[in-house]
Amino acid sequence: MASEAVCSHRDPMLKKRDDFEDILEERRNSSDLRYALKCYTPVLYKQLTPCTASDLKNMVLCSTQVHFVIAQVSKETGAAPEEVQAEASSILEEMAHRLQLGPIRFFAFVLCKVFKTLFRSVCVNEEGIQRLQQSIHEHPVVLLPSHRSYMDFLLMSYILYTYDLALPVIAAGMDFMGMKILGEMLRMSGAFFIRRSFGGDKLYWAVFSEYVRTMLKTGFAPVEFFLEGTRSRTSKSLTPKLGLLNIVMEPFLKGEVFDVALVPVSISYERILEESLYARELLGVPKPKESTSGLFKARKVLSENYGSIHVYFGQPVSVRSLAEGRVQRGQFNLIPRHIPRRPSEDVQGFVNDSAYQLLRAQEENMVLKPWVLLSSLLLRGGGMMMEELSEGAVWLRELCRQYGAFLHWPDHVPPAEVVSSSLDLHRGLVTISDGRGAGLTAEEELLSQAVIILSCASYRNQALHVFVRPALLATALQAAGSAHKQDVFNTFNFLRNMFANEFILCPGAAVQDFEEACFLLMKTGVVLMEQEEVLVTENGHRTITFLTSILDPFLQGYQVVCRFLCEASTESLTEAQFVPAVRTFIVRLLLSGRLRYSEVLSSDLQKNALAALQRLGAVHKLKRCVCVPTLKVNTVMVNSLEDTLGKNRPEDEPLTNANTCLFLCVQVENFPL
Amino acid sequence: MTICIPLGVPVPHFGNLGAKSFTNNLSGHFCTQHYESPCLSFNRHEVMKWNGWGYSDSRFLFNKKGQAEFTGKRYKLSGMILPALKDWFEGTFGASLQHKSPATPLLNTSAVQAPTLNQDFVEELKSIGVPFSHEAEDRAFRGHGHCLHEIFALREGKIGRVPDMVVWPNCHNDVEKIVALACKHNVCLIPYGGGTSVSSALECPPEETRSIVSLDTSQMNRILWIDEKNLTAHVEAGIIGQDLERLLNESGYCTGHEPDSMEFSSLGGWVSTRASGMKKNIYGNIEDLVVHIKMVTPQGVIEKSCQGPRMSTGPDIHHFILGSEGTLGVVTEVTMKIRPVPEYQKYGSVVFPNFEQGVACLREVAKQRCAPASIRLMDNEQFMFGHALKPQVSSIFTSFLDGLKKFYITKFKGFDPSRLCVATLLFEGNREKVLQHEKQVYDIAAKFGGLAAGEDNGQRGYMLTFVIAYLRDLGMDYYVIAESFETSVPWDRVLDVCRNVKARVVRECKDKGVQFSPLSSCRVTQTYDAGACVYFYFAFNYRGLSDPVHVYEQVEHAAREEILANGGSLSHHHGVGKLRKEWMRETVSEVGVGMLQSVKDYVDPKNIFGNRNLL
Repeated sequence: MASEAVCSHRDPMLKKRDDFEDILEERRNSSDLRYALKCYTPVLYKQLTPCTASDLKNMVLCSTQVHFVIAQVSKETGAAPEEVQAEASSILEEMAHRLQLGPIRFFAFVLCKVFKTLFRSVCVNEEGIQRLQQSIHEHPVVLLPSHRSYMDFLLMSYILYTYDLALPVIAAGMDFMGMKILGEMLRMSGAFFIRRSFGGDKLYWAVFSEYVRTMLKTGFAPVEFFLEGTRSRTSKSLTPKLGLLNIVMEPFLKGEVFDVALVPVSISYERILEESLYARELLGVPKPKESTSGLFKARKVLSENYGSIHVYFGQPVSVRSLAEGRVQRGQFNLIPRHIPRRPSEDVQGFVNDSAYQLLRAQEENMVLKPWVLLSSLLLRGGGMMMEELSEGAVWLRELCRQYGAFLHWPDHVPPAEVVSSSLDLHRGLVTISDGRGAGLTAEEELLSQAVIILSCASYRNQALHVFVRPALLATALQAAGSAHKQDVFNTFNFLRNMFANEFILCPGAAVQDFEEACFLLMKTGVVLMEQEEVLVTENGHRTITFLTSILDPFLQGYQVVCRFLCEASTESLTEAQFVPAVRTFIVRLLLSGRLRYSEVLSSDLQKNALAALQRLGAVHKLKRCVCVPTLKVNTVMVNSLEDTLGKNRPEDEPLTNANTCLFLCVQVENFPL
Repeated sequence: MTICIPLGVPVPHFGNLGAKSFTNNLSGHFCTQHYESPCLSFNRHEVMKWNGWGYSDSRFLFNKKGQAEFTGKRYKLSGMILPALKDWFEGTFGASLQHKSPATPLLNTSAVQAPTLNQDFVEELKSIGVPFSHEAEDRAFRGHGHCLHEIFALREGKIGRVPDMVVWPNCHNDVEKIVALACKHNVCLIPYGGGTSVSSALECPPEETRSIVSLDTSQMNRILWIDEKNLTAHVEAGIIGQDLERLLNESGYCTGHEPDSMEFSSLGGWVSTRASGMKKNIYGNIEDLVVHIKMVTPQGVIEKSCQGPRMSTGPDIHHFILGSEGTLGVVTEVTMKIRPVPEYQKYGSVVFPNFEQGVACLREVAKQRCAPASIRLMDNEQFMFGHALKPQVSSIFTSFLDGLKKFYITKFKGFDPSRLCVATLLFEGNREKVLQHEKQVYDIAAKFGGLAAGEDNGQRGYMLTFVIAYLRDLGMDYYVIAESFETSVPWDRVLDVCRNVKARVVRECKDKGVQFSPLSSCRVTQTYDAGACVYFYFAFNYRGLSDPVHVYEQVEHAAREEILANGGSLSHHHGVGKLRKEWMRETVSEVGVGMLQSVKDYVDPKNIFGNRNLL
């Protein structure tokens, strides 16, 4: 359980990764029913306290933690302890899972059928499975999969069932409970439901955290949750949510278990089921409420090909080794451990850093498909000939490999074929744009094109973690106005700080990130380090251009948000009004041709920009009345940020109104599909 | 010379009390024997091992048949064959009788550095007539305690810095004179009691350039008076535990203070390390037992003016002395509480399905304040270990009974042999009350799934503590090194400390390249209202390691870090010495260390008592 797994490696090329096995292959050749009814005897935690799902509930309700809070709440509210106890009990009732093997077998059977229709293959690294099995035996285990699709947790349980591993209990959002039958089915397959927000509710927090801790400490089952908190609509990793991570680390920090193993799991989809759904959502079409009938309507997806899924079980990370030298565990010695306390500053910092490290570990093992590279190239706009695209893809493939990306590129197939089959799989993104045109207003057309662009962008985003540090450096090099290392670093640091809500950049690691970026650019011959100077080489320009082009939409997006806030600063803008308002503003600019990237229509980007500005203190939330906080903009500061961002952007070429979206159509026409 | 009132026979200067027969009616572990006292103390190294634990005549060995036996006549186990020990030993450690790592048989006196003598001090010492020596054997014997690294070095014939001379004061006045001379000539004094330290407290600081004098208190071993009205005894601090008990027994009394080292450790040593005895539940720990202490410091003698049982006169000055570890002066005389020898004593044991249940039971016993004289809970590893020490059974009937018991517990009651653990009990007092008490405790135990498992198992459990140190020597003959350490911890953390420290030891051994999984075991040895004392054993086979002692030190260090991180204390009764000094600051806070330092600075500004323990 080396902690080096989460540290960045000096040379990413040297990263060793396991091979994959396709678990669907066997399913295509033998009986699914027999598989669903197979003998299931997983390896269990060696210090397991055997108990049933309902024992768990009792343990939670009888725990000193929950008792303490019940007494506290009853004192504060004047309610009788029995009432509070009953409330705790109903909270638990609403939350708890009822893990049973029967429904699991049912799901196993159904999912076999579904997976075989939807996907070409589901590939799993078996060495990772072996490591996981070992970990489950040794320590309480926490599974931390990436979250890109509803599919994720069913897929996880399916894989664990297939490999005869202990089935996890999964923290799921309450919204699933809305799906009546399915919600209950999920409950029986190990999902437990938590409210999306319960800020001040002490009792809820106590019951919930104790429930999770009890499952972990007794070794009842691996606990699974999503560090990102929700599905990423953009395929970029989301900045981590720390609540659950805090909870699962606590038993170790308080000495209640010897160690906890955190296993990052990277699930990469060649084609995401929800791809256009996400794009619409980002553009402001609200997401459909989860309902069982909705799921049925969604069954038309069954007729499509979604390529392959790669699931990589990463190196288990020991909380003990993460905390070594970071956290003084003795800090819990002087107050009874059942009394809830806010985590101390060093614990908060530790959990936050760990979360970023784990997310990076997750990102590093995400498998990139050729389409990711193609969309990165295509999104740069301007149209491209087929040969040019192939050539670009080969070039980018090499760059990716140099930067340590986990690329799944069939090397024995000629690049042109790889490119064409990849375009084929994603033809949805192409054909839709093909038939458009008549009868739509300019705005509707813009939005429908933006759907395509955002979908493409979500694929490019999958590679962002590979390029983000070099891209920040490349942009800084262009913008710093001097080759002096310190100047470059300052600009780099400014950008890094600006985009801390956008990309996974470990807090406080500016120097390491800078060094990593320098190392990568030097290694690929893009820059030379001379004494105190960073110089771009003759051959480096292509890479620099590519890298800056990746960051450019984000720069422009943040710039636009700044401009919007300055212009809107006179009106009192509430947080809820922000996204629709900025969207209208951007649509206007796009239609008038004053903006280059329709990608900036993404509400994700807009929200991140706002969050960044709040973090930097350029925008404040004013709480006039309790429910609707308004945004107070520090115009001077936002203006200056906008200027600085503008300086960092390469000059916009004059727009020829050739919409970025169209190149795809052109390509498709030239291209026999 | 003060008026010493020798109890019983007058004690000639270095004389012999004469052969006496005695039965230790309290500790069943020492059998009837002839016992020489107290000439033992002057030339102890003639009776005791110079590079191992205890008496020279008592040791474990594997005989030609490969069976383990314990030599000598001193203990109940002496002369017995232990048929199960070999398999346990080889199975637990992956050791083999083929692979021996014998010790250097004799002390190579030339390996001992020539003494640095302070001639003026020596001359004046001669003039006051206090016996002294600078023989290599005498010095080497007093230059170490019983930490693993100390014994390991001795077995390899390595002798580090040792005292330059040894003096044997005969009474309090002699000590006063010696301390005055030491101050006058700037000589470093290190008080030496029983030599059973396990905290590197007796190691001479290598940076010490002055002449180091070991002040051996062994001749100050008389009971000066017994006060039956107040039930106190005034005793010279050099007396060894078992002698004290034996002499008091002759008058029908006991102190009831029985640390595991009581065969060899001294009263002065107990006071200066805050010792704890097995039967503290009845008699109390050393701080509860002392009524009055006299200590000679460079600033003069410190003592209280009366023998009142409790005083409100500012901070208790006894608490500067208790645990001062020889850094402030020499404890010369102590008034201790005594009790009539109890009329009845009974061992007992309880088997629990698992350690968690056992701890819960001990907690309940402590809560109801009905702990017997001693109650200890051994974990499964130690239970197995105890079993390996079962002597050969003489009759088929006994072995049949044993088999039946085992069957009952594991099959009928469904205890998992790899999880069950055992509590050993010792009841003491009036017969009727003992039986009543016993019932109360067994009833509580039953609530936690405990089954009474007989007196034998209980007695064997206590025997284990007396022979464990001998067993370490056996292990060291076969590439196995071992150490024990202890802590005290609040009740709610007992299980956590036990689990995490044991696991940490295993993990560290693995990380440090130890080939075989180590023995990592613990027991809860004392219960208090608010917590318990936990004792850990760890041992591993060091074949294949280039520097086993270093590995062992790293493991022990890590284990202590783990204890502290889990809310355990730096030490319950072993003390700090030099081994655990580095954690003092975090243990007692910056101000705490400053407080202790300022006492040291006042009492001993020239650092005459320069063993550098504690601070």
